[in-house]
Amino acid sequence: MDEASLGAMLASTLRVSTPLILCALAGLFSERSGVVDIGLEGKMLFAAFAAGAAGSVFGSITVALLVAMGVAVALSWMHGLACVSYRGDQVVSGVAINIIAVGLTVVLGIAWFHQGGQTPPVATDVRIQPLFPDGGNWLSWIPFLGRVLGEGLLTHSALVYCSYALVPAVWWLVFHTRFGLRLRAVGENPQMVDAAGVSVKRLRYTALTLNGMLCGLAGSYLVLAQSANFSANMTAGRGFMALAALIFGRWHPFGALWACLLFGFLDAAAIRMQGVPLPIVGEVPVQFIQALPYVLTVVLLAGFIGKAVAPQALGKPYLKER
Amino acid sequence: MSAPVALPRWADLVLLPMVCLLVALLVAAAVVAMVGQNPAVVMQALVKGAFGTARGFSYTLYYATTFIFTGLAVAVAFHGGLFNIGGEGQAVMGGLGTGLAALYLSNSLPIWAMLPVMLVAGVALGMVWAAVPAYLQAYRGSHVVITTIMFNFIASSLLVYLLVNHLRPKGTMAIESSLFADSAKLPSMQQAFAWVGVDWPASPLNVSLILSVLACVAVYLFLWRSRAGYRLRAVGSSPSAAEYAGINSKHQTLIAMSISGALAGLVGMNEIAGVNGKLILEYVGGAGFTGIAVALMGRNHPVGIVFASVLFGALFQGGAEVTFDVPGFSRDMVVMLQGFIVLFSGAMTYVIAPALASALRLLPQGVRHG
Repeated sequence: MDEASLGAMLASTLRVSTPLILCALAGLFSERSGVVDIGLEGKMLFAAFAAGAAGSVFGSITVALLVAMGVAVALSWMHGLACVSYRGDQVVSGVAINIIAVGLTVVLGIAWFHQGGQTPPVATDVRIQPLFPDGGNWLSWIPFLGRVLGEGLLTHSALVYCSYALVPAVWWLVFHTRFGLRLRAVGENPQMVDAAGVSVKRLRYTALTLNGMLCGLAGSYLVLAQSANFSANMTAGRGFMALAALIFGRWHPFGALWACLLFGFLDAAAIRMQGVPLPIVGEVPVQFIQALPYVLTVVLLAGFIGKAVAPQALGKPYLKER
Repeated sequence: MSAPVALPRWADLVLLPMVCLLVALLVAAAVVAMVGQNPAVVMQALVKGAFGTARGFSYTLYYATTFIFTGLAVAVAFHGGLFNIGGEGQAVMGGLGTGLAALYLSNSLPIWAMLPVMLVAGVALGMVWAAVPAYLQAYRGSHVVITTIMFNFIASSLLVYLLVNHLRPKGTMAIESSLFADSAKLPSMQQAFAWVGVDWPASPLNVSLILSVLACVAVYLFLWRSRAGYRLRAVGSSPSAAEYAGINSKHQTLIAMSISGALAGLVGMNEIAGVNGKLILEYVGGAGFTGIAVALMGRNHPVGIVFASVLFGALFQGGAEVTFDVPGFSRDMVVMLQGFIVLFSGAMTYVIAPALASALRLLPQGVRHG
């Protein structure tokens, strides 16, 4: 590989990982507070639709982002109503969100835009543009590495940098603030939090709100930065991959970051390695690379490479009377 | 939160599921009305498309067959206290097993030997695909919900890999295997009816419908009329109590998921052996997830599952017909309704139950106990 393709590879790894990271952080808030979130996929899909629809109708990035986040937060609250306010099954509720999102986005898309479920492409000025248009050349005075790093790191949009900056921010919020301590406590032992006089419900709803906002960003990224419009089922399993990354990263922001980068790298590599023989192993089937994130997560969960321990109260509805 | 809601037994068994379904239908109708369609017209076209003709009804039953298999799969796991989201992947593997057996053996085996071999192969692969997550939950502590989700993706990657790289005949563009020999074709219902002298229109409906009814009976007898089924349900309702009674809950996890996967694997008989006669890419198409809605609506009982499956079969068939009759209608409305049913019959039951209980309390005393 030459320097240009190495740079492109690095750049596409970071781009592909961005929605995964946003989604994994979203899942982190919810799961750390004890609420299983299978519905990441559906929320991201609905947010993508909302961003595409609002972006093409109103022609404003701000409106598109706000609408996308609003829609995803509303779905999160619906999840909360079923499984935080009442003791509905969290997995069932998540599955419901996923199925509703697949169907309803296309139904609304057909009704509003008459393009077979797609939204019209958003205008160029609504799309999120690279922050430094000529950033790729800035480091070219460094031999070899300059080209790779410049192409790979400095050609992205603000949303990409923002997502990576969110990782330490979330880490600080979850591990170094009072809110974070309570959030983690409510996912481990809600009785204790309740006994200390802190509302379990309010904490979980706060976590779900943050979750919705991040899912909204992830969905907007797909429409406003990656492609120009919404198309049916465009998330294509990214929400589940983010969930896998969250577990692979052991419910920790930095762990999730590395997992997302690894999965993003595999995704970026899968396209480029089609038909290219590797040393020793020969040609690796592209489907194998695509399935690798899921295989790795299963292997990790099975305790064959380290151990992933979920928050204690994950998936258990909390009833105040008990 | 209020005290636990006490619904009378009849209301809990019959009224609550009906009300939940009604809420889901009303919400879906509201969306249909919002996008400028008339829900009543759509409903009429749906019912006409699904039940109006013998051909339409056959299609309804053909869809229902697959949903019965996946619905039973979810239900058996539920009774063992497990949530099997992996019906999709297990059905893919079932189809793969059925198809591989047919591809390699259909030229040499006669039909009476071929079909059972295909059945066993499909059931076995579906079973394995569920037993591995079950083993990992029972003995390695990973959660079956997450592992089965991962296994769904691994199964579809495996299918694509095999079709693209090994099973596709050389020089063809379409991603599908070559056709099976005739001995691997499950008789259609048209043929079956012709044997007894009844005229029936051509449709994908095949004798796996009978297989699905047999599966319902078998699941009923197993769960409620056998010791093994009792053990499974005991673990499902209280693992600790079951453990005290000397039941090994880990074994039950394995058993419940294996049966569940085997049932999902039977989808291969309907879709691959009954309809396509070759391995293709999309033969499950979300039926594993529809199975969740079916099981929730049917309250995890075989009889309920049959009704729910026919309802969903009607929705899918009717939905396909309405697309031609009503401009602007798409099958995605059916997917949406399916989601609403999972939401209201599954997740929101505890939101609806208290409201229903207070509504019932307003009724006069005599009616309430009646």
